[in-house]
Amino acid sequence: MILTLLILLPLVGALVTAVVPGALARLVGLGFAVATLVTGVVAATQYDVGGGMQLTETRTWIESLGVHYALGVDGLGLLMVLLTVVLVPIVLLAGWREADAEGNSGARAFFAWTLALESLSLAVFTATDVLLFYVVFEATLIPAYFLIGGFGRAGRGRAATKFLIYQLAGGLIMLASVIGLYVVSADAGQPSFLISDLAAIDIDETTQRWLFVGFFIAFAIKAPMFPVHTWLADTTEKATTGTSVLLVCILDKIGTFGMLRFCLGLLPDASQWATPVVVALALVSIIYGALVAIGQDDVLRLIGLTSLSHFGFIVLGIFVFSSTGGAGAILYMVNHGIATALMFLVAGFLIRRTGTASIREMGGVERTAPVLAGIFLVAGLAACGLPGLSPFVSEMLVIVAAFDHHWVVGSVAVLAIVLAAFYALWMYQRTMTGPGRVDAVPVADLDRREVGILAPLVLALVLFGFYPMPLLDVINPVVHDTLAGVGVSQEGGQP
Amino acid sequence: MTEFVKPTVEYFELWPLLVVFGVACLGVVVEAFLPRRVRYTAQVVLALGGLVLALVGVVLVAQDVQTHDDGAARGVLAVGGTIAVDGPSLFIWGLVLALAIAGVLLFAERHLDGGVSAFAGQAAAVPGTDAETAAIAAHREHTEVYPLMMFAVFGMMLFPAANDLLTMFVGLEVLSLPLYLLSGLARRRRLLSQEAALKYFLLGAFSSGFFLYGAALLYGFAGSMDFAAINEAVRNDVGSSSLLLIGTGLLSVGLLFKVGAVPFQAWTPDVYQGAPTPVTAFMAAGTKVAAFGAIMRLFYVALGADRWSWQPMLWIIAVLSMFVGAALAITQRDIKRLLAYSSIAHTGFILTGVVGLQATDQLATGEITSVQAVLFYLATYGFATIGAFAVVSLVRDGGGETTAIDRWAGLGKESPVVAAVFAFFLLAMAGIPLTAGFVGKLAVFSVALAAGAWPVVVAAVLASIVAAFLYVRVIKVMYFDQPVGDGPSVAYPSVLTATTIAVGAAVTLVLGVLPGPVLDLAAVAGEFIR
Repeated sequence: MILTLLILLPLVGALVTAVVPGALARLVGLGFAVATLVTGVVAATQYDVGGGMQLTETRTWIESLGVHYALGVDGLGLLMVLLTVVLVPIVLLAGWREADAEGNSGARAFFAWTLALESLSLAVFTATDVLLFYVVFEATLIPAYFLIGGFGRAGRGRAATKFLIYQLAGGLIMLASVIGLYVVSADAGQPSFLISDLAAIDIDETTQRWLFVGFFIAFAIKAPMFPVHTWLADTTEKATTGTSVLLVCILDKIGTFGMLRFCLGLLPDASQWATPVVVALALVSIIYGALVAIGQDDVLRLIGLTSLSHFGFIVLGIFVFSSTGGAGAILYMVNHGIATALMFLVAGFLIRRTGTASIREMGGVERTAPVLAGIFLVAGLAACGLPGLSPFVSEMLVIVAAFDHHWVVGSVAVLAIVLAAFYALWMYQRTMTGPGRVDAVPVADLDRREVGILAPLVLALVLFGFYPMPLLDVINPVVHDTLAGVGVSQEGGQP
Repeated sequence: MTEFVKPTVEYFELWPLLVVFGVACLGVVVEAFLPRRVRYTAQVVLALGGLVLALVGVVLVAQDVQTHDDGAARGVLAVGGTIAVDGPSLFIWGLVLALAIAGVLLFAERHLDGGVSAFAGQAAAVPGTDAETAAIAAHREHTEVYPLMMFAVFGMMLFPAANDLLTMFVGLEVLSLPLYLLSGLARRRRLLSQEAALKYFLLGAFSSGFFLYGAALLYGFAGSMDFAAINEAVRNDVGSSSLLLIGTGLLSVGLLFKVGAVPFQAWTPDVYQGAPTPVTAFMAAGTKVAAFGAIMRLFYVALGADRWSWQPMLWIIAVLSMFVGAALAITQRDIKRLLAYSSIAHTGFILTGVVGLQATDQLATGEITSVQAVLFYLATYGFATIGAFAVVSLVRDGGGETTAIDRWAGLGKESPVVAAVFAFFLLAMAGIPLTAGFVGKLAVFSVALAAGAWPVVVAAVLASIVAAFLYVRVIKVMYFDQPVGDGPSVAYPSVLTATTIAVGAAVTLVLGVLPGPVLDLAAVAGEFIR
């Protein structure tokens, strides 16, 4: 029941926030987000590290279609749930005043849509029925659409439409595969969308490959991967940084989450069949994302494109089919969520002060705002995988696994570390150091509220950088189960 | 020479049909004998009463109806085998009646346009003449629209229940003729409305001719108009197969015209745009439901054994309809035309369900059947459509309804509730989950894929992406674009339109979140009888 509660709390919160008077809306919204955070933590304490689907609930939803309201979490789902419930209150606090700015749709709308998005995302990460997953997967697009289109910079309406069309296209292609699964299960005797039922069916090779293509296209758009990533930079550029955190750090994880759970979980043979192509696409994403990021002048576009590179790493980790790679990929999903959220939020604070997102027009910020510059540097170093910060661990695991897979793959992936250092440090250099523009207003440093918002993320980066074991303990059983399903022998022990 | 046998009339089973017909006739009498000032009230009460009574009748009949002689499904062949009262018929009757009740509520709306209905003051007055001005000044309105509508409802009920080709033709005509008239009765933009009516009538008459010719050829093939006899003839392969094929093709022209399938869609945008919006709402929802009922009955009952010859044709028409509908909808600047093209695309999606016909022994236990899927889709489509057009009638400026999409910019701020409800209907038509439209799409795509029509399903998915773009574009205009000039204003409706919109939205939400009961109802409706 606790998972249902976890989904309902923010949903009710969204409805309540939407109707209470404007002044109260922010407090009520934050209250519900914090309550959800507490519920999420309670759920985590009830979770047994041993693995398998836990905290499960199953009810028939649409009998004639074999659809169930079925929830449950494994280690992967749990980590995504925790990431979501932690990030949402932070996003709300960071967007406290921003949503009321000129031309935006108002704080009440921002809080309500954010909570709605949280509720649906939590449902995505806990759904254990394919159709339920699909339903909430698609439904997340509605709050996301209104968050992008309602708040941010000029031209956001267009960006929102582009985002929605891309995602709907992916979703509809996936719908064909979802229906395919229904037909497969009907042919096998009893129509059912439960993942556990579907995993038990032996799907023939051709069908599996077609279904895989449908699922993979949708998840590749979501994640995003080259060549279906072009919505990403437009969206992060126009949307507020809070929205970008929700999209890139939470929603996009659905892509890689789905690859693990559906592509590998339900269609293992087809996943192995597609590995060469997927690995190639992942490598292109890694290198291309980093290269394009280097060339950006807009801070928010730059950060958006770095995520293309990071998601390439995650997909690479998933599709090399080794316990090191799998663990690295899942750990990467968590670390990327924390590091990128920090990066977006601090960039948002910076842009609010300078009034521009253009790197060329900034400079010398560190003289007047050392704390802001310091946190910006931490976020940048995390992105380029500095030892001692948590992304280092996951990046190393993925690269080691990539070398195990094939030395060429490893060598290409390792290049990205150099490129990452380039884009992160060069951006830092151009925005924070130097004399700055003569006519520029001095940038004020972060106030206590803003430092308080960012502090948990910085702490998490350092903590998991030195001590990733709690996360790996949760991750390893998932990786083991998934790889066992794919039929990969697992010598070489756990990382 | 065979002796003439007087057919028995199953009054109980045909109760809903007879009530609607009786009320329609009574409406004509009311129009002739009651004074003008009480006609509006009398007609509205009569129409609503009749429809509710008929709906109750449908429920009672549905509970009572027994398994048919052939043991395949529940149902009764009435009036000497010319009308089949079976599960699908009853489901469609219920649906048509519910949509018609919503339609009457929209017809009766007088708050939006200064105390008069949306219909012409005096249809006989030439637009722009003194006679018209006088009729407007006198606050005249045509109350004949209610009996006309009731005749159309009668036709919509007879059409899908007809069990032979002649009865089906009668149903087709009874359903069509009142709609031709109603289309021409708009109070505002009368020339557009009259043009629409004429176009609809001419093309409709033509398509009826095709239907009749096809019926004649099929009679030539089978020696009978009766669906069961035609089915027997097809099974036993008697008669000339060219007669059968040409006859099937010509009949299809007549039926596909009514649902607005490509290449017989040309009338749809003009008629949807020109007709008074309440008529458009009722016609768009009701005609499609009735005509798809008839299509399924003809193809499944009479020509089911010959499905290898008509399924490929429907494959192509389904794919064409969704792509042409979705692609042309994107270029539209008028919201009613846009919804018209979107209805063409929906015709394609419903046809996807129709081609999903499988023999009963090929279905797994509990697997959804094509009849079930199509009936469910019709329910979702009907309510979303009638609700969406009802919202369109609210957005107005000095010259009546504001149908130019550009002028809807800023509606999200001007009137958040109306914009939100309309956005919800659009999302339902786009098939976003947690709306009825999604479950409908899921159902029809499932049956088509299960029947092996995967090319159609792939095309349908691609067309859905195109269609999604057009709905999203309207939402973007409403919420994120800057208003042009003063922006649109939203007229406050009376309880009548408000009820229709609320019911439409509620049904669309409930069927999206908890579709189980209605899907089960469609499953209980079972199969057609012969």
